[in-house]
Amino acid sequence: MISFLIRRLTALVAVLFCVVTITFFLMRLSPGGPFDAERKLTPAIEKQLLAKYQLDGPLHEQYFGYMADLLRGDLRDSTKYRNRSVAEILSQTLPVTITLGAIAFILAVVGGVTLGVTAAAGWGTWKDTLAMLFALSSISLPAFIVGPVLILIFSLWLQWLPVGGWGYPAAMVLPAITLAAPYVAYIARLLRGSMIETLGSDFVRTARAKGLAESVVLYKHALRVAILPVVSFLGPLAAHLLTGSIVVETIFHIPGAGGFFVHSILNRDGFLLSGVVIVYCTLLVLFNLAVDVIHSLLDQRIRLDG
Amino acid sequence: MADPNPIRKFWKRPVARITLAILVAVTAATILGPALLPASYAEPSSLSFAPPSAAHPFGTDLNGRDVFYRVLLGGRISLLVGFCGALVSLGIGTTYGLVAGYAGGRIDNFMMRVVDIFYSVPRLIFILICINAFNAQLQHFAAAQGWDWLISSSRIAILILSLGVIEWLTLARIVRGQTLSLKNRAFVTAAKGLGQSHPVILIRHILPNLFGVILIYLTLTIPAVIIDESFLSFLGLGVQAPEASWGSLLADGAGALNPVRIRWWLVVYPAAAMALTLLALNFLGDALRDALDPKRSS
Repeated sequence: MISFLIRRLTALVAVLFCVVTITFFLMRLSPGGPFDAERKLTPAIEKQLLAKYQLDGPLHEQYFGYMADLLRGDLRDSTKYRNRSVAEILSQTLPVTITLGAIAFILAVVGGVTLGVTAAAGWGTWKDTLAMLFALSSISLPAFIVGPVLILIFSLWLQWLPVGGWGYPAAMVLPAITLAAPYVAYIARLLRGSMIETLGSDFVRTARAKGLAESVVLYKHALRVAILPVVSFLGPLAAHLLTGSIVVETIFHIPGAGGFFVHSILNRDGFLLSGVVIVYCTLLVLFNLAVDVIHSLLDQRIRLDG
Repeated sequence: MADPNPIRKFWKRPVARITLAILVAVTAATILGPALLPASYAEPSSLSFAPPSAAHPFGTDLNGRDVFYRVLLGGRISLLVGFCGALVSLGIGTTYGLVAGYAGGRIDNFMMRVVDIFYSVPRLIFILICINAFNAQLQHFAAAQGWDWLISSSRIAILILSLGVIEWLTLARIVRGQTLSLKNRAFVTAAKGLGQSHPVILIRHILPNLFGVILIYLTLTIPAVIIDESFLSFLGLGVQAPEASWGSLLADGAGALNPVRIRWWLVVYPAAAMALTLLALNFLGDALRDALDPKRSS
């Protein structure tokens, strides 16, 4: 177990190194610089700006300089948002994105499990079709349509919930639903498949023969085994939620990190981009590690030595 | 899996027939439709934001173009990007899974570890960076080679390639698992005994047995790629005007969703076309999986 953890944490460092390197060179080698978008600068000023942000000199020197700063824990300054450091921007926006992601995560798991079990329990009947129709319709439309439609119905017509914003529970409902909707479908679909398989196995027949209530058979016996593929999906799910939050934050005017992500790419704000990428990847790799540990605790057949 | 029984069983299900009928109808409409409609529908006119009427059943957009025509045209690009992107991803995923499963041991371990890592990074975000970085370069390249067709469609080419490159992971895992169990079966041992080379065994003996799985993932990857494309369109990095895809039409139409004046026809019709097609594909894929997946044959 300990050697497993050590090996995975070493892998994390390797992953981060690759990801940062790729991001750095893609940003620096693609046409256009960080100061192109604004008014035409005189060559002298541009030179000074480049020097200030250490973007002058040969490319490999820039790269090694940046890596050395990263090792010291310095994420450098944003080239677009002047006088704001990347660390400062991240510390203000990430908590918002992570809160939204966590709520959506719980919603997706609870909703997906309920729909998946309902569909599998009524396999081949109208319940199955209806549950899957509901689930699949949410992956058949992009979030930037689902979001505005929800706003139109619940905020403008029914006036139950706020249109956008952040900071109080009511404002979190619609964004979390919009973000979670497609993954409810993914989980429902995964669970339906593995549940149908599990319901055909002997131990479920035994549980039924003992005269247990159907809900006990489904949720206490079958779900324990059938949930395993869903647990493996939780890691990718977190990655999807981080990506998806870009759209949702834009629609609902939420001050999260997603908007900075997109704008850092469009503004060629390389340091901000690398900063967000580093934090996202670290979060995801650590999360995956946690998922693997949970997975092995749920299923004693899996041993953590790979 | 190659035996006709599951296919016949699949055909008997109403879901299969309904979804296939919808898909054939939508595909035919998007391919033939624009040619059959009057050419004036494609041109901008002074009739801006006209609601649906007899002349323009789906209304008109900001530039006075017919929305029905735009939806058909957008469907053409969306389906093209979805289908070709899915093919790219199937090619990568199948090859990768075959090699990993067949090689086994350390190579397999390493290759699957790489898949795990890709699974856990936000892939679409790298696509954003790549599109931004490579589009101009591809256009330069096309101009230098004198390939006019590539200049005009460089964005679509990049979309197909990059979206195909991010959607292959699940298939690779599944193909690998199947290959692992297939390679110890008697017919593979026999082929080895006859002295056939590894590529021949992989392509002639193992690959045909994976046909069912590949078909399932073709139908499930197309909607995933179409949704990914719409995400890029929303960020302004997808298909560029005057070309259109369902995603870009919806992204334009989403701006029309406000309480002051709801130009609903700009959203409802593209959304309905997209939802209908993707639902049909998703249902078809699930039905195929129920029928063909060897693990669920019981």
